[in-house]
Amino acid sequence: MKTFGGPVLFLDRSDINTDEIIPAKYLTEITKEDLKPYILEDLKLPGFDPKGAKTRTAKVIVSRGNFGCGSSREHAPWVFEVNGITAVIAESFARIFRQNMFNCGMAAIELPKADLDLIFSHATEDDAAMSIDIEAGILTLNGGGKQKSFNFEISPFDKALVLAGGWVDYADQKY
Amino acid sequence: MGKTTAEKIFDAHLVNEPFPGTKVLRLDAVLCHEITTPIAIDDLIRRGKDRVFDPTKIKAVIDHVTPSKDTKTATQARILREWARRNNIRDFFDIGANGVCHALFPELGFIRPGYTVIMGDSHTCTHGAFGAFAAGIGTTDLEVGILKGVCAFRQPKTIKFNVTGTLSKGVYAKDVILHIIGKIGVNGATDRVMEFHGPVVDAMTMESRMTLCNMAIEAGGTSGICQPDMTTVDYLWPFIEGEFADKEAALADYAQWRADADAEYDQTVAIDVTALEPTITFGYKPDQVKTVSELAGTKLDQIYIGSCTNGRLDDLRIAAGILKGKKIAANVRCILSPATPKIQQQAMKEGLLDIFMDAGFCVTNPTCGACLGMSNGVLAEGEVCAATTNRNFSGRMGKGGMVHLMSPATAAASAIEGVIADPRKYL
Ligand code: SF4
Repeated sequence: MKTFGGPVLFLDRSDINTDEIIPAKYLTEITKEDLKPYILEDLKLPGFDPKGAKTRTAKVIVSRGNFGCGSSREHAPWVFEVNGITAVIAESFARIFRQNMFNCGMAAIELPKADLDLIFSHATEDDAAMSIDIEAGILTLNGGGKQKSFNFEISPFDKALVLAGGWVDYADQKY
Repeated sequence: MGKTTAEKIFDAHLVNEPFPGTKVLRLDAVLCHEITTPIAIDDLIRRGKDRVFDPTKIKAVIDHVTPSKDTKTATQARILREWARRNNIRDFFDIGANGVCHALFPELGFIRPGYTVIMGDSHTCTHGAFGAFAAGIGTTDLEVGILKGVCAFRQPKTIKFNVTGTLSKGVYAKDVILHIIGKIGVNGATDRVMEFHGPVVDAMTMESRMTLCNMAIEAGGTSGICQPDMTTVDYLWPFIEGEFADKEAALADYAQWRADADAEYDQTVAIDVTALEPTITFGYKPDQVKTVSELAGTKLDQIYIGSCTNGRLDDLRIAAGILKGKKIAANVRCILSPATPKIQQQAMKEGLLDIFMDAGFCVTNPTCGACLGMSNGVLAEGEVCAATTNRNFSGRMGKGGMVHLMSPATAAASAIEGVIADPRKYL
């Protein structure tokens, strides 16, 4: 199983699409590692710099609704993975992106808007970090000397994929 | 209680339900292209499992960047080509026979009512036009599909769209689907199947139904689905005539996949198209739509007619009908990319390519090309393109470029005027 949790990158917008996460022109890369420098390259968001220190140190992304919409490219989870980001927390996800995350043994966690509003209120704190317990379904936000926990649910199948390290390993045993 | 088309297909293909709410389905077709498949192939090789579950159920094409533009894309093409040879995949389409996947595979009769279809491509929903459950998936699902012939899905709920009224002159399936997406939003159908019903859909050609289903994903939909009928049978007849005594027999068989009258829907949406005008996107999300009257006069740099949405013969005929005897405006450059070689050849025979070329269009080979900004018409920063494609995300056709999605008719009229223009005055 992968490890989850660490510094948070806040992306405060709905409908962040896969072209913004990794532009199509990089889909010619043959290895996942080669995608690394291009993470979120085309995402335009006030105060966000794809080449900034926050992007490089983040282990968790927090965003809003319909995250990962658009293309089926698994390059989107991969570019996160090779940059050390293994979890995305959002109000909702596009189906293919969400499944791609779990298929790679990564986590796409949905939280209600009220919880996300609370989490986003910590967006200005430089030390905002999150610990995530997949088995227990609890994530804890630390920042500005405060701590706050949230319960989340992922489907039993998706949890099994995270525990197995992804769908290929799981399917290979079972089908 | 009756069932929706997707529910019938799920029940008929169920392998098991490993956890409540997750269904593993047997696959009838696994479609592959050179952008998302090579990494799956690479991983299979690395695992010592370079094999396929059934070479007759796998179809592969090089379509996104073809002919290859550089070493990297040539390498992707080579990985797919060599894999297809090695694994005895007969239905592999290379330069000279290749075209945009979602136009090429249906044209070859590979998609049938009741099928389960996956591809590492979000617009796989197109194939639902045949009454199939067809879903885009990522590379890992593709890899498992190639190896095991199965895929896991959450059973989707279904939204029924009842499309009624009369389409006005100059208004097409593309306008209908843009209008629907504008109405329900870019996540209005997430984890849902969009099942299209009503007299307007019944009257549509298979080409138009494919245009309709193609953009289901732009509303977040898992698959678009149309009801198989005589139009479906007529389209497929050259491929199925050996299987059925006559067309009525085929129709009777395919009727098993039609939704029951008492099927339960998550939602029913009524769409009356009578007052619908040519519809165009204006922003960077496919649900940001306006009518042509609101956007007429918008400055353009490029016109692009092609893609899996609107690069089919009907589309070319409509656009050529408007362009006949006319010239494109001096301020724009125009590209036509017929979706498949068969379409290109037929368009040539009918004199359509002459019309496009006389007007000043560049005609390319069949490819995805500029649709996803990888080749054949990438925009410069700040440029604006009128396109018959399906996705207007920021940078989609080139970093800093902007795309207005529209029908082939609106694109052709816009080519003549050099700004967004109403096609109705040319009809
Ligand atoms: S034509 Fe465009 S949308 Fe269709 S498969 Fe090709 S890249 Fe994707």
